[in-house]
Formats: sequence, C-alpha cells, structure tokens
Amino acid sequence: MEILVCVKRVPDTAENEIEVNNDGSDISRDDLVYSVNEWDNYAVEEAIQIRDNVGGTVTVISVGDDDSEEVLRREMAMGADKGILLSDDAFNGSDGKGLASILKAEVEKGKYDLIMAGAQADAGAGQVGGMLAAMLDLPYASLVNKVEVVDDKKLKVGREVEGGNVEMNDIELPCVLSIQTGINEPRYVGIRGIRKVASVEIPVHNASDLGISPDTVGGAGSRVKVLDYFVPDLGEGAEMLEGSTEEIVEKLVELLKAKGGIK
Amino acid sequence: MTQVFAYIIHKDGVADDTALELIAAAKKIQADAQVTAIVTGSGSDLDAVCTEVAASYNEVLKIDNENLAYPNAEIIRALLLKMLPSDAILLVPHTTFGMDLAPGLSIKLDAAFVADVVEFEGLDGSTLKLVRQEYSGQVSTHVSCDISSGGVINIRPGAFAPDESKAASGTVVDKSSEAQGITVKRSYLETVVAEVGDVDITKSDVLVSVGRGIEDEDNIEIAHDLAEVLGADVSCSRPIVDSKWLEKSRQVGTSGQTVKPKVYIACGISGSFQHLGGIKGSPFMVAINKNSKAPIFQVADVGIVADILEFIPEFADKVKEMK
Repeated sequence: MEILVCVKRVPDTAENEIEVNNDGSDISRDDLVYSVNEWDNYAVEEAIQIRDNVGGTVTVISVGDDDSEEVLRREMAMGADKGILLSDDAFNGSDGKGLASILKAEVEKGKYDLIMAGAQADAGAGQVGGMLAAMLDLPYASLVNKVEVVDDKKLKVGREVEGGNVEMNDIELPCVLSIQTGINEPRYVGIRGIRKVASVEIPVHNASDLGISPDTVGGAGSRVKVLDYFVPDLGEGAEMLEGSTEEIVEKLVELLKAKGGIK
Repeated sequence: MTQVFAYIIHKDGVADDTALELIAAAKKIQADAQVTAIVTGSGSDLDAVCTEVAASYNEVLKIDNENLAYPNAEIIRALLLKMLPSDAILLVPHTTFGMDLAPGLSIKLDAAFVADVVEFEGLDGSTLKLVRQEYSGQVSTHVSCDISSGGVINIRPGAFAPDESKAASGTVVDKSSEAQGITVKRSYLETVVAEVGDVDITKSDVLVSVGRGIEDEDNIEIAHDLAEVLGADVSCSRPIVDSKWLEKSRQVGTSGQTVKPKVYIACGISGSFQHLGGIKGSPFMVAINKNSKAPIFQVADVGIVADILEFIPEFADKVKEMK
C-alpha cells in the first residue's frame, strides 16, 4: 500500500508555555521548543505498522520552511521511507484551504492508496484532512483510532466519538483519514536513528514545481485570517493561594473540609 | 440578507443541547437572523425532533431517509451540497460529527470554513469577525472570515448560552426527496460502546484528576496516595490515557466520561475545552499547575501555582497527619 502522511512542525505544548507576543501579532516564539505535531506522529506510526503488515511505502510530507526538514527526518528515522518538503514564501499565512490545496497539488503527482493526517494541530481546527479529501473527491473519516486493512480495496476504521465510544465504518480505498491520539504507541526515535537518515535527500517542491499560482495560497489567497492573538479575560478566575507550601496546604485543607472534599 | 442554516444533532428522538445554542450564535451574527434548521434522520424519532425544534426555528427542513438513520457525514455532506444556496451560512456544532462533516463541505460549497468558534464580534459587509482559540485554549485569536461566497462555521458546544425563548412556531417542510440517489464510499457498521472500568468516576464525589504534569507513569502513585487519604477516586485527562498510564474509563472529557463530583482537584491539567466539557454540576474546583497561565486557572475556584510532583505528597502528608 502506498501511504502518504501529512505532518507539521509545531511548538511543543508539553515543553512550552504559550504566550502572546508584545504587539499581539503572534505567539511569543523566542526560545520555543518545536517538535512534530503529536497527532501526526501517531499517524506516521500507524502508517508504518500498516506498511509492515501489507507491504508498500510510507511517504511523509510537510508544508513549511527549511526547519520542517528536521521533522520529516525524525519521522523517516521512525521508519517512513521518503520525505517531501513543500516550501515557498508564497505559502506563508495560508489558511486551511490554502494548505489543503498545496498538499493536493503534490498528492496528484503521485499515486497513493491511503492519505493520513493528524486529527488536528496547533491551531486546533482539524480541517486540512477533510478539505484535502473533498478536493481529491475521496472518502474521508476523521478522528480515527482503529484501522484494519480488509483487502486492497477496503479498510475498516473506528472513529472515536463522544463518550469514548467507537463508531465502526467500512471505507473504500483510496481514502483520507485523520488520526486521533492514542491509536497506537509511537516508537521511540533515538539519535542513532536520526543519524541513519541524516544524508537521505528530501526533495523540496515550490509553488511553480507544483503548478500553484501564488495568489491562490498564502495570506493573499486566504478567506480566513487571524487578526490578532490575545488572552481572554474570563472574569475573576481562581482565588490563588500564595505563601509557603505549608501555608498553602493548610489553607487548602481548610477549604476542602468546608466543601466536603476530605472525608 | 444572507440565509443562515443550522444543522441539528439529535439522538433517540431528542435534539442535542446545541440546537438552541446555534440560534443564539446566529443572533450574534445578525440580531434579526431568520434561521432555518436542517434535521436529517428517519421515522418517528425524526418527526419528534422536528416538532421540538420548530418551537425555536422559523423553518425546519426535514429529510427522512432510511440511510440517514445514523448520521453518516459522507451522506449528509452530499445532501447539504444539493440543498444549500451558494452564499448561505451554515452553523454546525463542533462535535465529532461536525468535525467529520464540515471542512470537506466548505470545499464542495466553495465557502469559507472556521472551526470551533467561541464568540462572534459582528458582521461588516461580508466580513465576519469571530473569536476562537489555539494551543488547547492557551491563547485566543480574533479571526476575520470572508463569507461573500458563503460560510461553514463550526460552533463550540457550550460556548453560547441556549436561546430558550421558543418564540418561533416554525413550519416543518419535508425535503426528503433531496436524499434520493446519494451513494457514498463509506458505510456505518456499528458503535462499540466504551468499556466500563473497575472504578466508576461518574459516581465519585471527590476526584483527584491528573494530567500531563504528572510527567511519568511511576508518578501516578502520588495521585493514588492523595486520593486514598481524601477518600477520593483518581481520574485523568486525555494524554494520560494516550500514554496508557491509566485506563480509558478514568478519562474525563468529551471523548471520555462526564463527571459531576462535589470537589474536583485538577493536578497538572492545562484545562482544554474537551476536558472541561466532561465536568458538570459546577464542582468546587482546585487547580494545581506549575504554569501560572494555564487556562484551568480561569475556571477553577482555587488555584495553586506549584509543581504537582512536590505539592501533592506534602498535601497528602498533611491530610494524613490530621487524621
């Protein structure tokens, strides 16, 4: 099976406190630790497991700047066979539709049976997979936490729905899936694994390689634009307990006794 | 004036809470919005839902087809593509169904798409200004959306107070013929219900809930110790289950359990809306987190900025001492 997985380099929210920058034009990007989007990493692991079961290749692809190459290389160290970077200044500021149209142009140059993406990334929209499927006229299933290859024409997939229930579906290949976290246990990538793929060439395709007119993507082609970033004022918020740990613990115990939190 | 439609989610013949929230959202876009409800399904359950929502919507479009007995987003996307006018605004609840349906629909309609909207700040010509969040709620954004060729807008459940006025007494229009002849490449088989674990956290009065701040599987023990001295149960947020450190039945959130304790102690949990969506009944909430900007502090009653790995054992010791 020929599998393509879309991945994105994002600030690692487990490693960073995300704050708004001074003029509200962006988050503060000084000293941020970046990594592969967590959902995408689960998608790559799933792709590798499917390939190891039924054969084929796994290609990882990213829209981003030169730094995104390290994320592709990391996923290749996990076991992906190939990486492709889609990079052009014209792509900057693309909305979800713009990103999907850039990916679509590359997808159409190959022949893929299965396209996967993380269910969401840093902006939390969860849109690119579904948009890409619609542009390619392929069936789509989102929030997938179970994949079973039935034969070369069909998959059985589980979608994680409300309450942790799983909605089982048959879906015809080729198709697009968005992958939910927890579907598998992504393998560890060591420094040795990274070294092994350090010299593998990762082709970089720009707008003209992909036949994309620059005014249809990036900020110019976006109907949805982020105007500014801010921290919402949601009223009073919590009463913050301060002092030494001992003082805080004492106050907390008193409060919990009053509220029935200590039996 | 742009026509506004709302997709109604329902189950067992009852409309979801979001049905009334979408009216409130529509009125934030245009105060005098005339909203048309779209209700798909099959049989008497569908009729009951249509009657229910007609009290609140001016017009209800009913689409009855046996293939719609379960809401398969692939079928409903094709259906809505046939039904919606080209420059319409469609409001969809940002649920697991809405996430499945909406992004692809916006492409097919050539409409703008915005996910998980929490507030609207007005419509100026064809520019809709709205608010959404990024980075699991750590920051918010003002967003502009050009709806000159329509818009598909996903609305966060619970973000808009439901419009309970029931002032519409709308008409139900049967559009079932639109569902004829739709074939798709994905078919619904069954729903596998989540397993029940050894502890039923939905019945707990006091929960010690752990998140990413616990850092390592071995540290889960300190949460169990605290729960034991408090007479509480241990629950958790999604990353803990993804890491397989606790079983799925202990996960609080929209994709886990809905809990209604008297006291909720959130330890190292940032407070994403998916997590908070699983906490009902306004418990007394204590948040302990080393990130002073964690969104959980906005909703908690009491907050403590501390490393839970140090704080929880001291807290447990103190409670033990008192006994």
